[in-house]
Amino acid sequence: MTLASMKRKYEPRRSAEGEAQATSAMIASLAAEGYETVAAPFGHALVEAAGADDKIVGLSADLAKYTDLHIFANAMPDRFYQMGMAEQLLMSAAAGLAREGFNPFATTYCVFAARRAYDFIAMAIAEENLPVKIVCGLPGLTTGYGPSHQATEDLAIFRGLPNMTIIDPCDADDIAGMVPQIAAHAGPVYARLLRGAVPRVLTRHKPDYRFELGRAQLIRDGADVLVISSGFMTMRALDAAGVLAEDGIDVAVLHTPTIKPLDTETILSQVQKGGRLVVTAENHTIVGGLGEAVARTLLTGGAAPTFRMIGLPDAFLEAGALPTLHDMYGLSVRRVVEQIKGWM
Amino acid sequence: MNQSSSEAGANMSLALRAWNIRRKALLMGQVQGQGYIGQALGVADVLAACYFHALRYRAQDPEWEGRDRFLLSIGHYAIALYAALMEANVLPEEELPTYGMDDSRMPMSGMASYTPGMEITGGSLGQGLGIAVGMALGLKRKENPAFIYNLMSDGELGEGSTWEAAMSAVQHRLDNLICLVDFNNQQADGKSTDMLAQVPEEQKWAAFGWMAQRVDGNDMSAVVAALDAARAADHTGPRVIIFDTRMCKGVEFLENREITHFVRVEPDEWATALAVLEEGKPQ
Repeated sequence: MTLASMKRKYEPRRSAEGEAQATSAMIASLAAEGYETVAAPFGHALVEAAGADDKIVGLSADLAKYTDLHIFANAMPDRFYQMGMAEQLLMSAAAGLAREGFNPFATTYCVFAARRAYDFIAMAIAEENLPVKIVCGLPGLTTGYGPSHQATEDLAIFRGLPNMTIIDPCDADDIAGMVPQIAAHAGPVYARLLRGAVPRVLTRHKPDYRFELGRAQLIRDGADVLVISSGFMTMRALDAAGVLAEDGIDVAVLHTPTIKPLDTETILSQVQKGGRLVVTAENHTIVGGLGEAVARTLLTGGAAPTFRMIGLPDAFLEAGALPTLHDMYGLSVRRVVEQIKGWM
Repeated sequence: MNQSSSEAGANMSLALRAWNIRRKALLMGQVQGQGYIGQALGVADVLAACYFHALRYRAQDPEWEGRDRFLLSIGHYAIALYAALMEANVLPEEELPTYGMDDSRMPMSGMASYTPGMEITGGSLGQGLGIAVGMALGLKRKENPAFIYNLMSDGELGEGSTWEAAMSAVQHRLDNLICLVDFNNQQADGKSTDMLAQVPEEQKWAAFGWMAQRVDGNDMSAVVAALDAARAADHTGPRVIIFDTRMCKGVEFLENREITHFVRVEPDEWATALAVLEEGKPQ
């Protein structure tokens, strides 16, 4: 086979709305209509946390503006280090600062942390259990730029790393709540980041919701289906639950922003209420992410519900417009509804 | 300059310190019947000059905040650093026979959590200099005048991460960072100069903005002078010293053996090597 023969043919594709859509800017807002948004929640929360902890420093590898770290850099310029487009250095230098007693927040994109800098995170940070906070933009399928920027396997990669705490926040309140808690955490953290205009989702469904590191929380109860979700898939699950309610399907949503260590106690106690279809929903490949972590929890915990997974396929994904891709790969509200109905 | 001057032997010559380091390394090699003895013998003079001339440290308080930090990027050189740390009374010499054994504090590859005086976990090559950059930034934040020394191998010059760190150290004007390169021109598969170290290294580092020196790493007075010059230099950026060293230095029959990355020493040869070293003991 020649290289040329591997090129795809042009075949017009249609989105759910019927029209071909343009690939959005690198960072598209994930907010559905009707959701209030908050600008740069990570940057503002970090400035606040740094006001209380003078050991906090920020580093980025030429992506401060695209991870909302520029808010911190502008507010506290002498506590920000621009490391250049050098992710291996970013992680090693963050390790060195942690060794000298500082509390470094290092930002890049998920793909570059998980793929390019992995050995440096593993050996310089995780093996030594240093309190470096790695906060990364473009988790899973949140850009239409194709596999170079789509971190569809980052959770699988980092779940295998001892000492690492992993967080997949859903919304602006999760991010604002997570920052001071990971700042106070004594070990390494990998946190996925939503940046720019980030929706406020969870308190709309559960007004007293507050992020708690290591804890899964029931956002909505329901008698027929239990969705266990993380990241923006909790937003999709909640929206889908609203649609399914109209068809008489009662869906509970258990939001699980801490992927590791997983809140197995809450997951098991929810599942053991019994009789419900259990569905995991994640913005990640179905290999090695939240779904498989929950599956292991259920099997080893002696729970055997009917179990299904919503997540990205084990494949390099296409480029295109994000709404088109979310629909194609099953992450849109419409497709979540369709999948759950199909399993009932 | 080191703070262990109350210890016996404060006036011992650097040559004798280097000899002691070689001897301890050979004794450790004898315990295991193997080890990176070629590298340890080659770098012993540099380590002696570091631990008994250049570095500030407190032997009984290896985490003293005022210490100069010495990072071993090359994890497999651990046998050499253990020898130096024992000679410096940071590690008790009674533990020498445990080298590489189960439960030892001296594993075959250096790890921070195992060994007093071991600042980082090396071994995944090309990580030390980047960590050194972060520590140097941290020392400056704390207005701590200590130096960071990073000992790396010529093979690590092939790692891209080394050059990421090299550029960054200049960008951040890290005049508290001294990189030591052990250039023994021997990597796992052959000569470093047949791989990625073909262009003279001191020219590369100078072009990157470093104060660069290249000296014979087995000439003690040259090593000492280079360390002094690196510390005292009126240069706003980082400093590097490339030490040309000879593998197996000090044990002639090993020096003359076909040199490889992992020098084979037969079981009966360890005693011979120690005897040969004994003959060359400095006065």
